[in-house]
Amino acid sequence: MSFAWAKEYKPATGLTQWLDEKLPLPRFVYNAVGAGYPVPRNLNYMWNFGVLAGFCLMLQIVTGVILAMHYAPNALVAFDSTEHIMRDVNWGWMLRYAHANGASAFFVVVYLHIFRGFFYSSYKAPREMIWLLGVVIFLLMMATAFMGYVLPWGQMSFWGAKVITGLFGAIPVVGEPLQVWLLGGYAPDNAALNRFFSLHFLLPFVIAGVIILHIWALHIPGSSNPTGVEVKAESDTVPFHPYYTAKDGFGLGVFLLLYCAFLFFAPNALGHPDNYIPANPLSTPAHIVPEWYFWPFYAILRAFTYDFFFIPAKLMGVLAMFGAILVWFFLPWLDTSPVRSGHYRPLFRKFFWFGLIPTMAVLFYCGGAPAAEPYVMLSQLASLYYFAHFLIILPLVSSIEKPEPLPFSITESVLGKDESAVLNATPAAA
Amino acid sequence: MVRLFGPLVGLFFAVALLWSFGNGAYSAISEPAGPTAEHEFHLHPKDVKFASDGALGKFDKQQLQRGFQVYKEVCSACHSMKHIAFRDLAQLGYSEAEVKAIAKQWGTKQPTFDAKSGERAERDNIASDYIPAVYYAGQGVPPDLSLITKARHDGGAYVYSLLTGYQEQPAELLKKFPDSKTPDGLYYNPYFANLNLAMPQPIASDDQVTYSDGTKATVDQMAKDVSAFLIWTAEPSMDKRKQTGWAVLGFLLAATVLAYLAKKNVWADKKGA
Repeated sequence: MSFAWAKEYKPATGLTQWLDEKLPLPRFVYNAVGAGYPVPRNLNYMWNFGVLAGFCLMLQIVTGVILAMHYAPNALVAFDSTEHIMRDVNWGWMLRYAHANGASAFFVVVYLHIFRGFFYSSYKAPREMIWLLGVVIFLLMMATAFMGYVLPWGQMSFWGAKVITGLFGAIPVVGEPLQVWLLGGYAPDNAALNRFFSLHFLLPFVIAGVIILHIWALHIPGSSNPTGVEVKAESDTVPFHPYYTAKDGFGLGVFLLLYCAFLFFAPNALGHPDNYIPANPLSTPAHIVPEWYFWPFYAILRAFTYDFFFIPAKLMGVLAMFGAILVWFFLPWLDTSPVRSGHYRPLFRKFFWFGLIPTMAVLFYCGGAPAAEPYVMLSQLASLYYFAHFLIILPLVSSIEKPEPLPFSITESVLGKDESAVLNATPAAA
Repeated sequence: MVRLFGPLVGLFFAVALLWSFGNGAYSAISEPAGPTAEHEFHLHPKDVKFASDGALGKFDKQQLQRGFQVYKEVCSACHSMKHIAFRDLAQLGYSEAEVKAIAKQWGTKQPTFDAKSGERAERDNIASDYIPAVYYAGQGVPPDLSLITKARHDGGAYVYSLLTGYQEQPAELLKKFPDSKTPDGLYYNPYFANLNLAMPQPIASDDQVTYSDGTKATVDQMAKDVSAFLIWTAEPSMDKRKQTGWAVLGFLLAATVLAYLAKKNVWADKKGA
């Protein structure tokens, strides 16, 4: 693991020497996020979001565990117990707003983390496993966030749960019994609320476990970097601590400023007003929309409006919605260009900025809009591009594109020249 | 394998989407969706300012007391307020004695049940009681008002607009949509989502309540006051939230400046941060 020039942990005191013999936990931390982990020296601010995502998970676990001490997962009292937290629990309003906005912040950070991976092709060998584990984390996050949104048992909680669990009903033959089994009834009720609460509490710890694997897998090849050129020598790297701990500290400060601005001054801006109406199975909201971070995928789900041969439209929508994320699993093998960074890939770069990004923006907008024209037709065209981008355009671009010349090394890209490159050119000088 | 099946899967979704798109486009052209009365005559809430608006806004307690009076004398006949206890009213500036008196004189009493004799009875409200439930026998379902301003887009302005938005159904609407005449027993109000609601105009004339602080009780004033009060009931901790927010942002700003300087210092001997 790691590079030959990585600094070695040297316990300085008697206590740390004793600990290092019995359980080398400080050594482990030193090698993972301390001075013992050499990192490319040219990382830009897009590389801050991994640490921020880890911070968000911890924030959600801490606030969530305390909220669970006051919340009652029973359909009769869930809504009122949420208001009890807001009104009667000391600082309860802050905990709940921190948790609700924390979920949004977590998704903002993770989306930026993922799109950094898209642009710099962080998924390519030798980092495929990091990417695959990352997609697993994203899927787990989506499940956790969805179940968390159900817990306050407002109108959107109930109807969101009904729509999303209804997706399982689209599966041929076993769909409907499966849906009833998952919900513990024919519609979301106490049984569903209880199991959602249980799973909402469990899954974050599963996510934490997969994050440990994600970081473990990261430490084998080491971090990628904006040039996409692998680390060649010590001059290409700096120790994680203090260089990136300092940089991440600043990033964390900026993140917290934005997050707290929402938390304290616009805590309901990202939520839906209907969720302040208690769940009512007899009154369907005018527009059922999930939380904002699901909008792009919700737009894909709703884009399929006509049966396709023998496949019902609803099933097509479900397949496409899950397919839209599952396709990420195959990215390392769909994009076969040997060059990683989008900076050196002229054609790839065009499709990224003028294809994928606007498409995501359109899907995002349409997912939050009512299911009416022109939003449905727009989301159909955007979904079409989405699948074409990953499954057709990316493989084609990889084979026809002429990449721009890469720098010799990370050091050269930073300093303009690299001594070892000169030495390599004239071996006699060695 | 991936490079063989990937494009095929991509084509499959692409063709299915084109199929949906084509069908949708065809039906949009052959049978375009007609305009609806709701779509054309529904209005967004009026532009109205409240003392509690914005990051620096604070509740105007005098106004909240007036709004509470409007709620008590007008709204509370039909609308419950289950998340507010009488003790919470102390936050509006009422003294302990005043809160106790408000509770004691509240029209709806607290139901009691004697578990030994099985008798049901009533008692006066006390400060720790929540505002008792209202049983409403008429048409429609008056919603609980505790959270109403959070449960509607632009809630305070929505309540104000609804209260001051009652009017005759426009002739233009009836001309264009003859089937959309307001049904008997409902009332036309363009600020309500489907234009017709079961609630008759609750604040209909000036001086419907008599303010003790000398404020002239116009319809507009009463509507504004009760809307302000309902912003408070939806989130009594709002003042504390903003106050805390400024302290937190101040601390974070200082910490972030320090973190930036620390980062600059650490990276001083390395290019490429």
